[in-house]
Amino acid sequence: MAFSIYDFTDLAQSIHNGLSSSLTPVWTTVIEWAIIGILYILFVALFGLFLVYAERKVCAAIQQRIGPNRVGPYGFIQTIADFIKLLMKEIINPKGVDHFLYNLAPYIVIATVFIIISMFPFAPGLQSFDFDIGVFFVTAVSSVGVIGILLAGWSSNNKYSLIGGIRSGAQIISYELSVGLSLITMIILSGTMQISGIVNGQADGWFLFKGHIPAFIAFVIFIIAGTAETNRGPFDLPEGESELTGGFHTEYSGIKFAFFFLAEYMNLFIVAAMVTIVFLGGWQPLHFGTGNGFNAAMDLLPPIIWFFLKVCTIILLIMWFKWTFPRLRVDQILTLEWKYLLPINLFNIILMSVVVLMGWHW
Amino acid sequence: MKALFNYIKEVLGGFYTLLQGLGVTGKYLFTPWNYVTQSYPENREKLQMFERFRGEVIMPHNENNEHKCTGCGLCELACPNGSIEIISKSILTEDGKKKRIIDKHIYHLGMCTLCNLCVRACPSDAIIMGQKYEHAVYNRSNLTKVLNKPGSKIMEGIKE
Repeated sequence: MAFSIYDFTDLAQSIHNGLSSSLTPVWTTVIEWAIIGILYILFVALFGLFLVYAERKVCAAIQQRIGPNRVGPYGFIQTIADFIKLLMKEIINPKGVDHFLYNLAPYIVIATVFIIISMFPFAPGLQSFDFDIGVFFVTAVSSVGVIGILLAGWSSNNKYSLIGGIRSGAQIISYELSVGLSLITMIILSGTMQISGIVNGQADGWFLFKGHIPAFIAFVIFIIAGTAETNRGPFDLPEGESELTGGFHTEYSGIKFAFFFLAEYMNLFIVAAMVTIVFLGGWQPLHFGTGNGFNAAMDLLPPIIWFFLKVCTIILLIMWFKWTFPRLRVDQILTLEWKYLLPINLFNIILMSVVVLMGWHW
Repeated sequence: MKALFNYIKEVLGGFYTLLQGLGVTGKYLFTPWNYVTQSYPENREKLQMFERFRGEVIMPHNENNEHKCTGCGLCELACPNGSIEIISKSILTEDGKKKRIIDKHIYHLGMCTLCNLCVRACPSDAIIMGQKYEHAVYNRSNLTKVLNKPGSKIMEGIKE
């Protein structure tokens, strides 16, 4: 079985050949689905736990604390212990909830996360789906997640949850616009919506460097709007610990709360991965031009490590925001979107079109 | 035109202040060895408390087992919750006068709020705040302490 850490295409092909040589096509497909599903569940659970740990450590470092340091070396097993505790908690159904929607909402939120992650190329050959409208599909599915949040807020029979859900809806629907427009700016540059096409287009330089000023403006706007879409600080109004006691997930406990919690952190990963794919070249190593010694040196590091290196850098940046900036009020959040990000974004699209038409990008 | 100029200035100014904030927290984030929190049980050998830390009320004795307490009872009066009891006794001095001195300075640590009022009330600075902070005991009666050591005397030259 051919195996290389640099390219997973051969590995996937040899697994497929091995299965289809001994099984019927139907069973081959079913087993391949099962393998992929288990891999994604493992990835989401482990990376989510890692992100919770990383967030606590980053927050502690910014506040000059130590953070979790008792369970395991440097507190590394702390989040696993927390998660086991969460799973063993009683699942409470409050009085007067709409049982069907109340039970459905966490699954909508977590299923959205899985659908989006299936679009991401972690390395060459490590991608489940590759539609030719990939970026469009990701933005479309990510707005399904808000339905889960709205349902959770509505069905909980709790005024705080309702306010949190509505706030979340207003915020995510507003910022979806900025996310979409800044992605359109980059699609003008890349000329394709297919995610593998976007990544391959950055083999001779990342789009952040290729697109000059408009790409950089789109990068900043995407990070701001993406942070707002994940309901993280400084845009964490839907949770509003101080005034809404947790917002839309106030009434949830046990594994259902864990789903919301995990989905929130995986949304952070999704935003960071989208930034990585669209602006920082996905799994492409840092390249300038073609065929020089610098590129050959950068190729030594496997693409999957490049991908996670970039993702973790962006995640660190977003966590740094969260623990630095003060929260925005509801009207300030909407002012930021409609009076600042949207006009700048529309202007930026024109700027990018001019740059691409005049051939000023590399 | 002026409005557009102000708009751009506002956006850039906003980014400048945000970057300033990021600079402050980034300084802490990337120097994690400068943390303020102490890892308590690991560093208990070399842990130094601050000078103004109030751990408990103690009565310092010198090497001749002498203290400064005259047994005046002002600390007992100053204590808001009765943590201090002064038991005094009368002795005859060498020139035949009766004199009241301290017998037992009883201090209930379990009731004490460490408010420092007794230390401030003391006219002869006989009691001060100690630095000890590990007060866990297995029996509640161990929290009641006699501050003057057995057989101790008052220092020379302490006025009533």
